[in-house]
Amino acid sequence: MESLKYNLDVTPLRELNQFLHSNPSELDGKTIEISNPNGAHNIAVGLKADVNVTIQGHAGYYAAGMNQIAHVVIEGSAGSGVAENMMSGRVHVKGFASNAAGATSQGGLLIIDGDAGLRCAIALKGADVVVGGSVGSFTAFMAQAGNLVVLGNAGDALGDSIYEANIFVRGSVKSLGSDCIEKPMDEERRQILVDLLAKSGHASISPECFKRFGSARTLYNFKVDNAGAY
Amino acid sequence: MCGIVGLLVKNQKMRTNIGSLMLPMLIGMTERGPDSAGLAIFGQPVADDERKFNLYTSDMDFNWQKLSHDFLTHLGSKVVNFTQKANHAVLTTHLEPTTVKTWLKEHYPQVHLLSIGQLMDIYKDVGTPAQVAERYGFEQMSGSHLVGHTRMATESAVTPAHAHPFTAGQDWCLVHNGSLSNAHNLRRKLNHEGIQFETDNDTEAACRYLEWRMREGDDLKTALEHGFDALDGFYTLLMGTKDQLALVRDPFACKPAIVAEHDDYVAIASEFRSLAHLPDIKNAKVFEPSPQEMYVWKV
Repeated sequence: MESLKYNLDVTPLRELNQFLHSNPSELDGKTIEISNPNGAHNIAVGLKADVNVTIQGHAGYYAAGMNQIAHVVIEGSAGSGVAENMMSGRVHVKGFASNAAGATSQGGLLIIDGDAGLRCAIALKGADVVVGGSVGSFTAFMAQAGNLVVLGNAGDALGDSIYEANIFVRGSVKSLGSDCIEKPMDEERRQILVDLLAKSGHASISPECFKRFGSARTLYNFKVDNAGAY
Repeated sequence: MCGIVGLLVKNQKMRTNIGSLMLPMLIGMTERGPDSAGLAIFGQPVADDERKFNLYTSDMDFNWQKLSHDFLTHLGSKVVNFTQKANHAVLTTHLEPTTVKTWLKEHYPQVHLLSIGQLMDIYKDVGTPAQVAERYGFEQMSGSHLVGHTRMATESAVTPAHAHPFTAGQDWCLVHNGSLSNAHNLRRKLNHEGIQFETDNDTEAACRYLEWRMREGDDLKTALEHGFDALDGFYTLLMGTKDQLALVRDPFACKPAIVAEHDDYVAIASEFRSLAHLPDIKNAKVFEPSPQEMYVWKV
């Protein structure tokens, strides 16, 4: 497989991103290594090709945002909004991630080996997010679809105003948000969890250690009691 | 927006280079705060009975020599030391702060008293971080710890007085990224305690509140605990005392912060891009401070 190296101490980030936005047929199957990311913002955003990108250090805001198809590995930590609005593909953060990781993501898989900050998977719209550590407060706020797996603990107001996304937490939950409740682990959800643990390198962890949380469906459904208000 | 940086150097040998270690940190935060910049640096203390008065005027051609001469003539007091860079000067004297303040107000009302202390010097002005750093020679400075700020004004004017760091009392400073929604209430409360304000800046309210708590007997940690109850809004606050740096973030962690702890130093910034150049950063423990927790590092 062809491997290309970019050193962001030498090459301007815009030049790298423009290369990554070239015709997908020219990029397909390539491996791209990015050294000295040094916390720069917007590294490898908007990818649309079947490429493997490795960021060899700490990334700044919005790394691998809007990702499609591509596989991106961040060997250090990621700033706010990593893999935000991802459509497909896979983003793997080996360190920790700051706030709003995977926000509004519609597809693909986001793996964070360390902790994630606040508002992780906020407004999740269909992607899968697996966090090896703990997540901060307001995680999965208004999450609509998709799955979030947390191997550590969750902060305050988990799943506040959640729609039909699934949340699986192995550790403790400091508090649940409005309309978020613990739900029974049915076979369908159990299988989702088993698959995600396998895909994210945690196959040895038993799904039995997890609790499942989801929507009580009292906030977003039309209630006949309210008919007079309209 | 605004950017904050902090550096505490544990390695004695590296303390002479603290300015050059810090400069890329401050310049790295230019996009977050291009309109003003400032630095509080803690160096060698003056003698027990002496105080350093940091003075500022917007007039680049100000006659500092005349001020120094008048000070001696009027107050009959020996100026222990007087150093000057551009529109900034440090006057070291045995005289009481109130005497110096009154004299300045009467004879040199255009000169602003930036800070009083035994270790701390404060520099701040409008301009890009690179311009302000160049004006005062940040790169050549030495010391044990420092706090810096780059400002993008949101709630009050762009003037030298509104730039950070803010200070109150002695050898105490604070920089802020965020905005406080109850600054006016806090200010009214402190006015009742007889505390005077110099600007309408929200950060000054936080700075004077915490300094007031410590004068009332709180240690830094207790003052910050009170601060979590008293301050409403978004904030990452970085503070410097004569022998400590302290960091807190609001409960929603609305404003960023990242820390690198190394055997030789502790470095704090709004974003990692301001830490990337630090020596041997690859072996530092890099982490994001949790919301509503206190982080305190001792010199």
